[in-house]
Amino acid sequence: MHRTGELFGQYKTLEQQRETASLGMWIFLSTEVLFFGGLFMTYTLNRSTYPDVFSEASKTIRLSLGAINTVVLIASSLTMALSVWASQAGKKKLLPVFLIATLILGCVFLGIKGVEYHDKYVEHHIPGWNFSFEPSSDVATNAHTQLFFSLYFGMTGLHALHMIVGAGLLIWLIKESLRGRFTPEYNTPVENIGLYWHFVDIVWIFLFPLLYLIDRH
Amino acid sequence: MVYITAICAFFAVAITAAIIYFFFKYRRKDPSDVGVPIHGDMRLETAWIAVPLLLAMTMFGWGAVVYVDYRRVPMDTLDIYVIGKQWMWKVQQPTGLREINELHVPAGRNVKLVLASEDVIHDFSVPAFRVKMDVVPGHYNTMWFRPTKVGRYHFFCQQYCGTNHALMGGWVTVMEPTEYAAWLSGSSDATANPVVAGEKLFVEKACTTCHLSDGSGRAPSLNGVYGGQVLLADGSKVTADDAYIRESILSPQAKIVAGYQPLMPSFQGQLTEEQIIDLTSYVKSLQSQPVPAKGAGIAPATGKK
Amino acid sequence: MPREHYLNATYGIRSWLLTTDHKRIALLYLISVTFFFFVGGTFATMIRIHLLTPKGLLVTPETYNKLFTMHGVAMIFFFLIPSIPAVLGNFLLPIMIGAKDLAFPKINLLSWYIYLLGGSFVLYSFSTGGLDTGWTFYTPLSSVYSNSAVTPAVLGVFINGFSSILTGLNFIVTVHTMRAPGMTWFRLPLFVWSQYATSIIFILGTPVIAITLLLAGLERMFHLGFFNPQLGGDPILFQHLFWFYSHPAVYIMILPAMGVISEIIPTFARKPIFGYSFIAGSSIAIAVIGFFVWAHHMFLTGESTYAALTFSLLSYLVAIPSAVKVFNWTSTLYKGSISYDTPMLYALGFIGLFLIGGLTGLFLACLGLDIHLHDTYFVIAHFHYIMVGGAVMGYVGGLHYWWPKITGKLYPEFLARIAAIILFLGFNLTFFPQFILGYLGMPRRYASYPPEFQVLNVMSTAGASILALGYLLPMIYLTWSMRYGEVAGPNPWPGTGLEWQTPSPPPTENFDVTPEVTWEPYDYDNRPDLGLETKGAPSLAHGDD
Repeated sequence: MHRTGELFGQYKTLEQQRETASLGMWIFLSTEVLFFGGLFMTYTLNRSTYPDVFSEASKTIRLSLGAINTVVLIASSLTMALSVWASQAGKKKLLPVFLIATLILGCVFLGIKGVEYHDKYVEHHIPGWNFSFEPSSDVATNAHTQLFFSLYFGMTGLHALHMIVGAGLLIWLIKESLRGRFTPEYNTPVENIGLYWHFVDIVWIFLFPLLYLIDRH
Repeated sequence: MVYITAICAFFAVAITAAIIYFFFKYRRKDPSDVGVPIHGDMRLETAWIAVPLLLAMTMFGWGAVVYVDYRRVPMDTLDIYVIGKQWMWKVQQPTGLREINELHVPAGRNVKLVLASEDVIHDFSVPAFRVKMDVVPGHYNTMWFRPTKVGRYHFFCQQYCGTNHALMGGWVTVMEPTEYAAWLSGSSDATANPVVAGEKLFVEKACTTCHLSDGSGRAPSLNGVYGGQVLLADGSKVTADDAYIRESILSPQAKIVAGYQPLMPSFQGQLTEEQIIDLTSYVKSLQSQPVPAKGAGIAPATGKK
Repeated sequence: MPREHYLNATYGIRSWLLTTDHKRIALLYLISVTFFFFVGGTFATMIRIHLLTPKGLLVTPETYNKLFTMHGVAMIFFFLIPSIPAVLGNFLLPIMIGAKDLAFPKINLLSWYIYLLGGSFVLYSFSTGGLDTGWTFYTPLSSVYSNSAVTPAVLGVFINGFSSILTGLNFIVTVHTMRAPGMTWFRLPLFVWSQYATSIIFILGTPVIAITLLLAGLERMFHLGFFNPQLGGDPILFQHLFWFYSHPAVYIMILPAMGVISEIIPTFARKPIFGYSFIAGSSIAIAVIGFFVWAHHMFLTGESTYAALTFSLLSYLVAIPSAVKVFNWTSTLYKGSISYDTPMLYALGFIGLFLIGGLTGLFLACLGLDIHLHDTYFVIAHFHYIMVGGAVMGYVGGLHYWWPKITGKLYPEFLARIAAIILFLGFNLTFFPQFILGYLGMPRRYASYPPEFQVLNVMSTAGASILALGYLLPMIYLTWSMRYGEVAGPNPWPGTGLEWQTPSPPPTENFDVTPEVTWEPYDYDNRPDLGLETKGAPSLAHGDD
């Protein structure tokens, strides 16, 4: 097994290794864009077909929680960017601090998401699980509202899954940074995981207005 | 078909002939021989991009013309409803006469089929007429053709729909117009007139509660609505055709008539496609009823048909 | 003293199952895709036997519907899509560019395990109730009405998608960052160009089918309404999302085969490929334009006429780069020094069959004709000409061409030529009658059919028996040759690429010394190291470089 920072066998220089890892992460992120893209497309089409129903349904998810989460995530991107800076500037003591801050903020986000999901559970807004949406008992409206919530859970769920993976990656980063493995010459994992984290943040920046801010004044 | 086949055959034969010719003419004589190093030729490349492109555009053009004509249903059609469900076809003639896995049509007239599915995606296809169209649950598709020769022609379900997809076919019978008329009227009285069936449903489902015919109810009167323009609450206008009626029944909130409240409940899941067709036939029959001065929801500019 | 190479460098099952050597991973894939080829081929055999009689000879309609579905799923997702990229691409890409391995060898191994995991779910589906939705999984049949094992199948295909995505990612990054000194973009072998173009489709298209199948699976499990009209959903949305990937997927299946042909023809005509940059560019053009034609599978769903016109026009445009390739390959034969070795027979067979398959695509792109031909056997014949007559011939031809490099042994040439001819004849007899069947109106996916279609069906089945022989023979003699074949030298043909500059089989690190590339590709005239006569004179025409 290679230790972090060593030159892997198929590369000729560390520079090549770094470039390769970076390109790899960018391409992976482009696949993620397409992956979420299909979901966003489905959402957009359904929203334009059932604008009123989506608007009504959207009002039942707590805007305050969504807004707090947005701030939390943006803050976590800030701490992540600071981690990358710290690794580039050789601040070996600060690096784990910023990484841990990012992890904590990520967990806060997931915790709040858990609260939201619990709310939905209590209100019977989870599709396929005793779903019922007052005030309308109209079959068609019920179906379209269920569509909104299916998309809500699908999109935020997929996003949360990516956050959990990100949290796992952060834990590994923290461990390695505590061992002092990252230097200005070698901080590729910090940079690339940072890229991933920023991407997950950007997905939320799109999710939030689409799901929470329909027709709000 | 012949045009495209001819062009394709020409290129296929030309290239194959060239390959076979080169294959034999330039076969290796000495084990250490190499070929003549020719890297390319700009003029040739340009030529064999431009010429196929041109030919392709002619193929596209011709096909496009045929297709557009196919998708543009003429106005003067004999309308027949076709419902596909696993694994049979229910056909309803204009008088309400029903057929199963059979379709009788008169020669020499434009026939329009309104296609609805009760469950999965099917496809109604008549190879001899060179026509087919998918039958998709959730909305109507329409197709048209003009039979010219009397006879019996196969129709098939042409979109895989489950276990008995291969058995879901039947026969189109093209008759002389007089014979068709005779056949239509000589039908047994076991089949219900869709207008009558639709009127029954209209009462049963309590549509009469709001859709009062004198326009004084909570919902627009349906007299004279079918076929005309309807003014919607957002200012736009829509044609009250079969698809509009169906949508109004299943997703009433989608289009609200100007001057009315969004009160109508949805009947999604409560009506089969056949019942919707019956209701549509009933609403169609109200074309000849007197339109109330107020409360019809009909767009003022065009009035009734 | 036996020489050390990648096959004997380490021993034991762990050294194979935990390998990160791209060459060993290629062989692991070879075994698994061959297994799925057998699975899909068995279903095909049963289909053709069943269709000998109008009422169906072998099975019930329920079972027949499962047979064609499982044939499609196994062949498309677990054989055709991985075949050339994961077997030949994995083996050759690093060597062809002068690298020691791919950019991410561990991810390469992970790809294989993900493939196996996806395959397991699909096999589980096949053996517990089967799958009867058609490989296209159209809703609401698949998400609501089908009673077969849809969920595990959909899960399996979903998982398998990540195998493709990671392979594509690996290839793109490798080509960008791991080329040997002197290996500029325009000195790359055309096989590498084709893998690169294919990889673009892998990474941009596959995620979309992943999310689509995920949604369809969720709809089925939790009775959601994305694609179910009873719950406000739209079955046509499923088709749009599905075909957005599945159309580019067919280019995933053919571009690598085209790359193989572009390698074989210069070698066995011993001259440079005609129009190198046009062939390279056409691969990229096909990959790009291929993303914009998906709704030509949906001309008759009731989609808007404007949409249909646009997609038909673009479908004609995407045909042009393929035509360019065929013209260039044919021109390469002109004034060549042509040998009749097996790989060349496969390559020429490919051109002939791809020609017919591609030209018949023009029929289907024609809106007016598609009304008649949609969902008939014409379509089945069209895509089998391309996928079997094209892609599989390319794959088998490539296996023969690089067999000496991969195994260090030569296959028996005479027997191989016979097998190639058997395959070509068997294929045509199987699938040409299907064009006629389709024109006459026989619908596809039919477990029984009107009696007037029987003669052509019997012809097709007869052809299939010959085709099967054409496939079995290479499987037998290629396996035989691994033990008993004549030892091959480093460059038996000879070829001009870097892969022929290293021993057969190659050492684990591919090259003892990193090569430095100073020559143009396929430059038989300037390669005295190959030991051939040269024509000496400067090239007669330099059209494009």
